[in-house]
Amino acid sequence: MVDPGWYMSLAAVLFTIGALGMLLRRNALVMFMCIELMLNAVNLTLISAGRALNDLNGQVAVFFILVVAAAEVVVGLAIIVAIFRRRTTASVDDMSELRG
Amino acid sequence: MTVAEAVLFVLMAATAIAGAVTVVIARNPVYSAMGLLGTLFSVAVLYVVHLAHLVAAVQVIVYAGAVMTLFLFVIMLIGVDKEEETEETLPNQRLLVGGLAGLITIFAAAITVSGNFDWLPAAIEPIDQAATNGTVQAVAAPLFTDWVLAFEATALLLTIAAAGAVALAHFRQRET
Repeated sequence: MVDPGWYMSLAAVLFTIGALGMLLRRNALVMFMCIELMLNAVNLTLISAGRALNDLNGQVAVFFILVVAAAEVVVGLAIIVAIFRRRTTASVDDMSELRG
Repeated sequence: MTVAEAVLFVLMAATAIAGAVTVVIARNPVYSAMGLLGTLFSVAVLYVVHLAHLVAAVQVIVYAGAVMTLFLFVIMLIGVDKEEETEETLPNQRLLVGGLAGLITIFAAAITVSGNFDWLPAAIEPIDQAATNGTVQAVAAPLFTDWVLAFEATALLLTIAAAGAVALAHFRQRET
């Protein structure tokens, strides 16, 4: 049995890479993928903590996070496509003001 | 068993981190999507190691299947050949981002080093296989008893999200 701390460390590394991507990239789609990366890191934390604590509720929480992330992706991508139709760009620098 | 799990962990951790790095540094968004796909699969394997069978299956089907297909559709729609412009619009942007990233790293490291992790058992007791075996029945039992309200709320949320996506697409089409 690998120590749960190793899984936590892997999740922390994945989360950090995702956060760095959020800060470094300007393509809205890639930033979205970095959000997915961070969500996955948190899911890994919950699963390994649930295993270490002999508790199944960690897996239930991950199930809910997966559902909410799917809903978030649907709406977010729809917004990106809607902006792209108006502006012909996917760079977040060009959509800094909140109007069409 | 232990050696096998350690080898599997090292392999999957390496592919997960490689995929994550690819997401960030790839110039082409399609390569980013492929990197994310690799990370999702590796994390799903680690879920199986943790006996989270249902969650691993949902991860592969919903995330690696549906969500990544949606991502690839949108990437193709928006166009993959556009180069991401790199000129600075904010002064000292890179310096600020680097400083912020360093601060985040130091903060996280400080919390990790000074933190109190008593809730995490130091010596692993023999894992109760029956309690953590995430089969469909085992996960469904708390889902439909303790968390049934949250389950209904996510059902409503998914319906609203689908309706919202349709409304966004339709609204723009009529306006132009």
